This record gives sequence, structure tokens and C-alpha cells, in this order.
Amino acid sequence: MNTTEKIRETAKKLLADKKVDLVVGFAQGSLPLRSTPYFARTPEEAENLIWSATCENNLANFLRKRPEKTAVIAKGCDVRAIVGLIKEGQINKDNLTIIGVPCEGMVDRKQICELVGGKDILEVTDTGAELILKGKDFEQTVAKADVMFGSCKTCRYNTPVLFDELIGEAVPAREADYGDIEAFEALSAEERNAYIAQEMQKCIRCYACRQACPMCYCSECFVDCGSPAWIGKSAKSVDDNALFQAVRVFHLAGRCVDCGACERACPMGIKLSLLNRKMVKDVKELFGAEAGVSLEDPPALNTFKFEDKEDFLL
Amino acid sequence: MIINKNEIPSLLDKLAAEYRVMAPVKKNGLVEFAAIKSGEEACLTYANTKKPGKEILFPQSEELFNYTVDAEGVRMQDNVDPTSTIVFGMRPCDAKSLVLLDNVFKNDQYEDVYYLTRRNNTLIVGLGCNEPAATCFCSSMACGPFSKEGSDIFLTDIGEAYVVEGISEKGKELLAKLGLAEAGAEARAAAAKLQQEVKADGTINIEGLSDKLGGMFEHPFWDRLHEKCLGCAACTYLCPTCHCFDIADEAKDCNGCRVRNWDACMFPLFTLHGSGHNPRPNGKARWRQRLMHKFNYFVERYNATACVGCGRCIKNCPVNLDIRQALADIRALD
Repeated sequence: MNTTEKIRETAKKLLADKKVDLVVGFAQGSLPLRSTPYFARTPEEAENLIWSATCENNLANFLRKRPEKTAVIAKGCDVRAIVGLIKEGQINKDNLTIIGVPCEGMVDRKQICELVGGKDILEVTDTGAELILKGKDFEQTVAKADVMFGSCKTCRYNTPVLFDELIGEAVPAREADYGDIEAFEALSAEERNAYIAQEMQKCIRCYACRQACPMCYCSECFVDCGSPAWIGKSAKSVDDNALFQAVRVFHLAGRCVDCGACERACPMGIKLSLLNRKMVKDVKELFGAEAGVSLEDPPALNTFKFEDKEDFLL
Repeated sequence: MIINKNEIPSLLDKLAAEYRVMAPVKKNGLVEFAAIKSGEEACLTYANTKKPGKEILFPQSEELFNYTVDAEGVRMQDNVDPTSTIVFGMRPCDAKSLVLLDNVFKNDQYEDVYYLTRRNNTLIVGLGCNEPAATCFCSSMACGPFSKEGSDIFLTDIGEAYVVEGISEKGKELLAKLGLAEAGAEARAAAAKLQQEVKADGTINIEGLSDKLGGMFEHPFWDRLHEKCLGCAACTYLCPTCHCFDIADEAKDCNGCRVRNWDACMFPLFTLHGSGHNPRPNGKARWRQRLMHKFNYFVERYNATACVGCGRCIKNCPVNLDIRQALADIRALD
């Protein structure tokens, strides 16, 4: 049985045995290179579940404050977010069944689209290591490893850290690599500012990043507050757009699980993970903490250790 | 009439000397409409712009007026923009969307001076689509890859050249001044063939949809449609016909401006009352609003569907919530 078949079997059994009321997973999407979050409530609906290299959304987003008994088909980064949300009291662990799926990495449709020069891709075949892309008058083969999301290329937790059942074999963890962040840190302040301004100029303040983030769940985000208006509401102020992202990153300090869902959701193609990953790297270096990798670790910002570095304080 | 493609930059230069010319340009990896200084900047081989054409007449953030308070009182300056503008190379879906938006900004109850001043001073040069994308469904939405509705002048790409047609009086007047060559019979035939034969997905049947939706407000269909929606505004902000807005004052000390910003029915803040009550308190009510507004309320009010089938919402939805599927599902309901 392949992964999709195993997922269907497991989900059908959980639903038929009434162990859960709902299975959250993915179904085939309406476009090539797309899958779509899917909510199966009957064994028949579980037949629509799939697994592929396009299951890009972080499904932890759909699990907060669920009243019913729920199972989730979760890859490594989904589980990291689930662990974080359990610790923050947003998910009741007793009501959740985690069907973990070791993840080889998801492919980035935006990169692929660029690779074929923006041409319409009408059909995609996944051969395992490669994707065969077909359009009206072209066919092109790409290695999946070359078109993977940045966050997947450096993922160290592709095998879920917590699960009730694991579908398939654990996959070897990748090496942590903050080369992208180190390169950014090496730039001058002016160059960094210019880069951020160029990216934030594209922002349309649709808040897809915030909405796609499993850890962004404030009932009222600071950007939405009208009185006081902490931040301008219009999208044309690049400074305000950058401020929105900066505050979001700070609010995710020690909580961001580096899943890249924000960047994947951005319709404007803004490189959002740069700021998030800088914070992830800092938290790891300064406090030795990584979010969502263990139920026992205390949250980084809720902890004080005598030897904590303080040299960034005034 | 006809114009060779290699003559387009010089034509745009000529126009730019007299008008503000907005054309699709590549910037930061995206194609968007921008005022061009040189005809070389225009990129007419694009599939469609990332942001919809509505932003030219109805910008995402528009400073309606500025104000200053001093010892002598309050001084206000209205920011109506009467710049004569030519939009060059707008796709038919976006051109049609402007015709739909006209209903909203000019009707028997309200005339929006900001929108209408721009509208009256803007000429649209439409550009037909020889290769509609897989996500295009304009042919299902009373539009089409060569729909001329909303265009003052219309271009059809026949390879080396564009066949140019004057559509409105305004368009014909401009063409008369430009002195382009007459198109030969062969060129006209090539354009006619494209206009007749190229179609986008025309299989989405919305006949009777408005009436059906009218009786569906309490239907259980809405219970699940929104389930995977994240509640962002990618679909509405990038939609050429979505037109809800919010007005905010942005002030510092004694200086400020009143800004009109795009709003989105997908946000929890949308229609939130001062009392704290929200008539659309959850994803279910918000998605119902989105579909009803496009395919029922707008139809009842203006006798037209508020969707042109550009497919931007499909391409840009982070969770692939496909409006074509939603419409098919509604159609399949008893």
C-alpha cells in the first residue's frame, strides 16, 4: 500500500470505529500542483484523502479549540505546531489523534511556475524523485529536491516528533542550515533595509500570512485594533507593512515552528520566512530553544535561566 | 486599423507625452499596472496582472482628503485626481469589471466623485487573450477572451502586429488622431478568427443561479463550504469586482488624511458593529456573503453577475478553495 492508501485505511477505521468524529487531511486540489485541506466525517469521505508532495498547508491551523474528537494527517511541521498549540492550551491532546506522516518535503508551485517561465502547467506526474510538467506546448522534468520550499530544504523534524500512529518509515532528518540568514546578517544595515523595503512594497495587507500561521491566533490582532490605531491600515506605507511583519515576528519569538506556511500563503511572493527564520535562529542560539519539538520543554519566553544571555539588553 | 508590435514602444512614448499611460510592467517579479515613462517598459506578453485592474480607478488605499488644524481653524484639501489617463493593454476580464464597478460608484443613490473623476478621464485600451489560462473562466461569465465590453479601443494580437478597433466614441476619437494604417483583409480575417475561436472555460453554468441562491440563505450547504478557508483577503483584494471598502483617518498631531482602504468580507472585522455585534460572525456567514454578493445581491440590484471569471481567486487562494467548484456544488444541490 502506498501512503495515500494507508492514510485512507487508517482514517476509515478511526471513523468507522467511532474513535473520532472528524479526520483533517488533504484531498486532491482543483489545479495541478495543488492539494486542498479536507475534512472527512464518514468512512466514505475518507476515500478522498490523499498524500502527495503538494500537501503544503499547515493543518494545525484547523485544530485549535475543536469541540469534536479529531484525527489529523500531520507531517513534521504540522506536528511541531500541534505540540506548540497543546502547550499553549489551544488543543486538547486527549481529543486529538495524530496520524503522523514522515515528509520528504513539499514542492513550491511558485518556484516551479517561474522555472517554466510562467507558462500554464496543465498536468503533473510525480515519479518519486522528479516531477514531469506538461503544458500546451512543452514538457519539462524537474527534480523535486530543486523546487522544494526553503523551509523543507532545511527541515530537521520531517519525521513527526509526536504521533499516535506513524504511516510509513521515519525519514532521516536534514541538516540545520541557516545559510540564508547568515548571508542576510552579513549585509550592511542599509542593504538589509533596502531588501526589506523591496519585499514589503509588494504587501497588500491581505493577512494571508497571519491567517495561514498556526501560531497566530489572537482574537484581535494588533493591526486590526482601531482605537488606539497602533499601525496605519493602508497598504501603501512600506514602513507600516514592515512594522506589521516585525511585530508578528516578535510575537512568534520562541513560538514559530519554521513551517513556512506564511510564505507559502503569501499571494504576492514576499520572502516572509527571512524575518521569522532570523528569530528562530536567534532563539536557538541565545536560549538553546526550539519551538514545538517536545511536550516537556518549557516555552522559551516563559523561562528564566540564570545563565541566559543578556548582552542584547541595554 | 493595425500596428506592428515593434511600433508599440514609440506609440506609447507619443501617448505618454500627452497622457498618463498605465501599462503592465514587470516589477519585483510581479506584473502590475504602473505609470510608464517610456514605451519600452510595457510588457504586453503577460497572462494577467497580479493585482486587478480595478486598482487604477479604485486604489487599495486612497487619500480622499487631507486636513490641517491650526489657530485659524480647519483647512481641507480634496484629492480628486483628474489626470487624463490611458490604460494600455488591459485584459477583457478587467475591462469588463470596470463596467460592473460603475454600477456601484454611480447609481440613483450615490455618485462617487473620486472614482467617477478618474473614470471619466481614463481611456481603456483592451487586449484580447490568445491563450486563456487554465484558471480563466471568463467565457462562463458573460465575458470572454475577446470581450470588448469596457474597452474604448481593442487590440487583437495576430502575431507580428495588433489589429486595432475603436469601440467607444472616445476610443474612435483617439484613434483618428493617431493615424494608424488600415488593416488589410488578411489581418482583419486573422483577428476575426481568433475572436471567434478562442474561448476560456465556458462550462460553468450560472443560469438560474441567482434565483436559487435567493432561497438558500439558511441552506446547510454553507455549513461546510468555508471549513478550509483561512479568512485572509487574497481572494477579495485580488478580485477585479470586489469593491467593499473601509474608511479610516490617519492623523499625526494636527495633520491628517482620510483614507479609503479596500475591505474584505473574509475578515472578522468586516461589518463588526460598534456594539460588538457582528451580523456575519463566522466563516460560514462570511463565505455566504461573498458568494451571495457576487451571484445574487449584485444580480438583483444591477442585473449583472459580479464575477468576470479572471481566476485570480483560484490562483491565489492559499488553500485552493475554488469558486468554480463552489458554483458547481450549488448547481448540483436539489
